[in-house]
Amino acid sequence: MDTFYYLIQNMLPIAIPLLLVALGGMFSERSGVINIALEGIMLFGAFFGCLFVFFTQNSNVNPQIILLLGMIVAAIAGLMYSMLLSFAAVNMKADQTITGTALNMLIPAAILLFAKMKFNSDGITTDMNFYIKEVPILGKIPVLGELFFQKTYLTVYIGFLFLTITTIVFYKTKFGLRLRACGEHPQAADSVGINVYKMRHCGVGLSGILGGIGGFFYSVGVMDGNISGHTGVAGFGFLALAVMIFGQWKPIKIMFAALFFAFLRTLAYSVALIPFLNSLNINQTYYKMLPYVATMVVLIFTSGKSRAPKAEGIPFDKSK
Amino acid sequence: MLNNLFSPKRTSKESSAFTAALLAIALGLIFGFIVMLIASPANSLSGVYMMIFGGFKRLGDVFYFATPILMTGLSVGFAFKMGLFNIGASGQYTMGMFFALYVGFMWKMPSSIHWIACIIAGMIGGLIWGFIPGILKALLNVNEVIASIMLNYIGMYLVDMLIQGNATMYISAKTRTSYLPASAQIPSLGVTNSNVNVSIIIAIGVAIILYVVLKKTTFGYELKATGFNKHASHYAGINYKRNTILTMVIAGGLAGLGGAFAILAPSAIPGSSMTYEPISVIAASGFNGIAVALLGNSSPIGIIFSALFISHIQRGGTLASLYGYKPEIIDVVVAVIIYFSAFAMIMNATVGKFLKKRYRKNHEQSSAGAVISTNKDIKKENKEA
Repeated sequence: MDTFYYLIQNMLPIAIPLLLVALGGMFSERSGVINIALEGIMLFGAFFGCLFVFFTQNSNVNPQIILLLGMIVAAIAGLMYSMLLSFAAVNMKADQTITGTALNMLIPAAILLFAKMKFNSDGITTDMNFYIKEVPILGKIPVLGELFFQKTYLTVYIGFLFLTITTIVFYKTKFGLRLRACGEHPQAADSVGINVYKMRHCGVGLSGILGGIGGFFYSVGVMDGNISGHTGVAGFGFLALAVMIFGQWKPIKIMFAALFFAFLRTLAYSVALIPFLNSLNINQTYYKMLPYVATMVVLIFTSGKSRAPKAEGIPFDKSK
Repeated sequence: MLNNLFSPKRTSKESSAFTAALLAIALGLIFGFIVMLIASPANSLSGVYMMIFGGFKRLGDVFYFATPILMTGLSVGFAFKMGLFNIGASGQYTMGMFFALYVGFMWKMPSSIHWIACIIAGMIGGLIWGFIPGILKALLNVNEVIASIMLNYIGMYLVDMLIQGNATMYISAKTRTSYLPASAQIPSLGVTNSNVNVSIIIAIGVAIILYVVLKKTTFGYELKATGFNKHASHYAGINYKRNTILTMVIAGGLAGLGGAFAILAPSAIPGSSMTYEPISVIAASGFNGIAVALLGNSSPIGIIFSALFISHIQRGGTLASLYGYKPEIIDVVVAVIIYFSAFAMIMNATVGKFLKKRYRKNHEQSSAGAVISTNKDIKKENKEA
């Protein structure tokens, strides 16, 4: 049972970045822009979030408040960076995949450059402690308290809050409906007076905000408040894209997909602690490959009847 | 054929791709200059000078470092021609490297053919890693971008594990592979202080073969037709599934060759060789290949020059570290170049229109009679564009 608790407690902080970034990707793709730059956006957000933490860590402010402020900084950073993508994709009608790849390549190099010049290291190292040992009162609940309210991070609760907000915005507001229309049939949306360019900018911008926050939460929940230009976010942006496809571009399904991947990854990194898996004596590298192999397998089974937004990747031209 | 080569339409299209690339390069270099200016203003001029011209001092090295990215560039560019985005060149490159290493260490062969066998093995390694996303795309409609990104990670972990598990290849005390036998190394071209070797000639040969394949064969025609319009080519009876698999396999093989060329290069110090360090990092050459392919407008001949150019500024970037600049600045510059080249064609057209407008304005002021003829010219040009 302890192992089970351990796995769940460790899984949630890993699932949250995947969830948020995949939700961001969903906004972007449902508005019609393929966002392969999520990896770069995450890293950009994580970098500025960590930079903020680095400069405020000695100020005696409560760590959880710094976390919230860092989150806002990361969101703004992500938004700014994503605007580079939406400018190229929406205004300049550039190839979205290529632009995204360029943005992914730029950030690790830029971080390495900056960190080597300013800190003489590969990234930013902070010694802030965001870890929550036990949430007061709620942590005392039998089973549930131990599963969800002990040995965790604030990021987990913020993540589920964002999931709720996202689902409501996506399905229950005029904005959500218009956004989805732009990804399915932009000409039809345009004919009823929806500004497709604006909606697509909004979609990419939201993916930037969620991507930036997701990146910062990755560095908080997975990297202990550090970020490095070498390892970056270890392909989490790409995994999030797979999570989004697995979740069929729908918020709740995306949540389950994110939990599934996070579970596999937690399992891969805690083989030594699980007596059954440890006794099998399989090379640890196989477990590290597991999330990526699982993604491939999932894609194989879901791609055939894939419900991708119809107009994604096609630049909208009003005059057509 | 000569007629075709010099027809006005063709020249204008080719030249617009060329000026677009130049525009992107200029913007990238300006960005690099700004970064240098912020980092250390005093040295920025000499730093930029080094970045742009430094490569000429190390021409041998420019050719040597151009070889792998030329191959990955061809790999990405070839797939582009069919409308496939082979972001998996990194994984294919790593697999090629591993296969070449394996044959180099584990097979005993006469020295005249050992290195050739290693190169072929590298190609096969890449072929396999390109075949997987190809067949998944063709038969199961799996997005080739996501599939090949996953294969990049799987390939990286797999190769690191296989190398670390092999006592002949891996020296755990040095955390690197041991030195390859001399028979497995590609013959050097004998330039002093440089590792430049026969592989650059092979690579350029491969580029020319690809050019011929794309221009003169049915397969090349079908490939380009599919890239222009998938549905129309399907209607015309072109076998999309077969061509997808074939394209990805060829693209994989090209990237695999790049990996083999990189690891089998001879060392300037006798008795040593290139080594591979398994540190779980995705091979950068694959991503540089994307830059090379874009800059070369996916044409095999263009890719030769863009690979040389990227290698040239990379050497320059290394030399710029004499002035205290970190070599990562080149990666930043290259990324900015790709970003701009993604919409450089449109930007180019906008700049062109602007210049034409200025030109027209000036002429209107100078003489009324000339206006009519220039306007006609402009209209004509617009139509052609």
